[in-house]
Amino acid sequence: MAETVTFYLLAGLAIVASVLVIGQRNPMYSVLLLIASFAALAGLYIQLDAYFVAVAQIIIYAGAIMVLFLFVVMLLNAPQEDAAEWDRLHPLRRPGVARFGATLAVLLVVQLVWALTRIAEYDAAVGGQAAGAAVGSVREMGRVLFQRHGFAFEATSILILVAMVGAVVLARKEGPDA
Amino acid sequence: MEAYLRPAVIFAMIFIVFNALIMASAVLVLAERKIMGFMQQRYGPYLVGPHGMLQPFADILKLLFKEELRPKGADRWLFTLAPVLAIVAAFTAFATVPFGAETTLFGLLDEPMKLGISDVNVGVLVVFAVTSMGVYGIVLAGWSSNSKYSLMGGLRASAQMISYELAYATALAAVVLLAGSLSLREVVDNQAGAWFGFIPRWYVFLQPLGFLIYMIAGVAETNRAPFDFPEAEQELVAGYNTEYSSVRFALFPQAEYINMVTMSAVATDLYLGGWHGVPFLTELGLGWLVFLAKVGVILFTYIWVRWTVPRYRYDQLMAFGWKWLFPASVINLLLTAALVLYFNG
Amino acid sequence: MIPLGHYLIVSALLFAIGTAGVFLRRNLITILLSIEIMLNAVNLSFVAFGRFKGDLDGQIITFFVMTVAAAEAAVGLALVIALFRHKESLNPDAFTSLKW
Repeated sequence: MAETVTFYLLAGLAIVASVLVIGQRNPMYSVLLLIASFAALAGLYIQLDAYFVAVAQIIIYAGAIMVLFLFVVMLLNAPQEDAAEWDRLHPLRRPGVARFGATLAVLLVVQLVWALTRIAEYDAAVGGQAAGAAVGSVREMGRVLFQRHGFAFEATSILILVAMVGAVVLARKEGPDA
Repeated sequence: MEAYLRPAVIFAMIFIVFNALIMASAVLVLAERKIMGFMQQRYGPYLVGPHGMLQPFADILKLLFKEELRPKGADRWLFTLAPVLAIVAAFTAFATVPFGAETTLFGLLDEPMKLGISDVNVGVLVVFAVTSMGVYGIVLAGWSSNSKYSLMGGLRASAQMISYELAYATALAAVVLLAGSLSLREVVDNQAGAWFGFIPRWYVFLQPLGFLIYMIAGVAETNRAPFDFPEAEQELVAGYNTEYSSVRFALFPQAEYINMVTMSAVATDLYLGGWHGVPFLTELGLGWLVFLAKVGVILFTYIWVRWTVPRYRYDQLMAFGWKWLFPASVINLLLTAALVLYFNG
Repeated sequence: MIPLGHYLIVSALLFAIGTAGVFLRRNLITILLSIEIMLNAVNLSFVAFGRFKGDLDGQIITFFVMTVAAAEAAVGLALVIALFRHKESLNPDAFTSLKW
């Protein structure tokens, strides 16, 4: 009972915060609302017994990526979006492309929900599955990560290096010899 | 009886810890000024109460009665949200820190209760995660004040905090290697006992470099001297809390002191053996007194360092964090891993 | 016990919200945020399925997704900074000089 209530609270918070993220004109508010959404998702991960992933979500997403977004928003003094007249209308009533996009998004939701409610495992209880010690154990996760997925791990480290160098090169000011 | 006693005791523990943290920040205000005074060969606060003991209460009363200002261009929600975020992150970080062994409250409880608000099996990471959320309070304070001193202070403070988080996390990783567990309580319990009967089995003896790195990174994380350029009075007026007054202002130094307490508590748990070390007290169930004493020693060191060493300039600070502390931390981790592998198979 | 389908529906909703954000918003930073929402939705899906299957593969994949998301956010934001320096605008409609 408490579990169901927690689930609905967290899921509701994540969804409402995400909807507000795409609905804000001020990007600073969007970033903060997204942090709230991430925190709710971390709560959902804890409910799924994925403790390490939940904490990693907070550290990486809410603690690092969002700080990066915040810095960029502050650095650029990101202007609020042009408050065009049609911007105030509900997306489904805006002219042309925006209405088409909004309709597609609504259709996507309807289609996904329809498809998901029809799969056989919809009612499979998540949690209480056998896996016992393997679930949520960091030691076990480290073992799997470094033994079975060792190559992907090393490749990811090169990816991060490339991203770091790329970000520094892209964002630096052009020198006098440019 | 037991069914009601346990929740009541847990609630009492949470209540005590919460109030103790608030009191600790008040005591630290006084301790800082007194110790600073004595180091500068003067008495420090002397008039309010016996030997100035009631000074923090006078400070708080003064702050409460001040006018609540908000600059005209300041963002309404964020201006108030920032100190709230800072203080919430500060309190939450202490929630996973254990401060005592299991106790049955002298036989009142059937099952022993662990002294600590919560015991998660990834406790080390949770402390790290929540302290990295503390960056937001400062960054938002700087940005929402709509003032150039605040913005500069906020940006510098947050850049400093996220830079020193790297060295902090790598030092933590080395301790986790030694202990074999991410739970803070297990890390402490691995430090029970003594070698040759009298050298306690603390990790500070196995990881002196790691301890030094952790302490330096901890000082930088809490924006304390010598890394307190973002709030340096001489350079930036008051940095990110320039435009704040009254209660909203009071929350920032309080968050800073509580962060200090949390850092000291985590350092005690990770490196100084937590509540172990004095055998007869631990048997009596008074290990938390030992814990408090150790935390007090580290807090004294914090204050001592602040009033002894000059402040780092901002670029020196960042260069130190990235070019010296982080590589040293990585080397520490590699060394620890090699030695653990060598000695354990 | 919460049925697996509930988690999947939450994931689907979040994914659709992220997609809508990418379609509808005219601000580069909000578009990047919507991409992050989509990645998170996928993470939730992976973890739910991993828990259903009973082993750790779902959580492992989540790490890689998080890492890739971090790398992509960093490079994406660097691009946004470079673009902003060029044009002083964050509206993607302003960068149409290659259109014919």
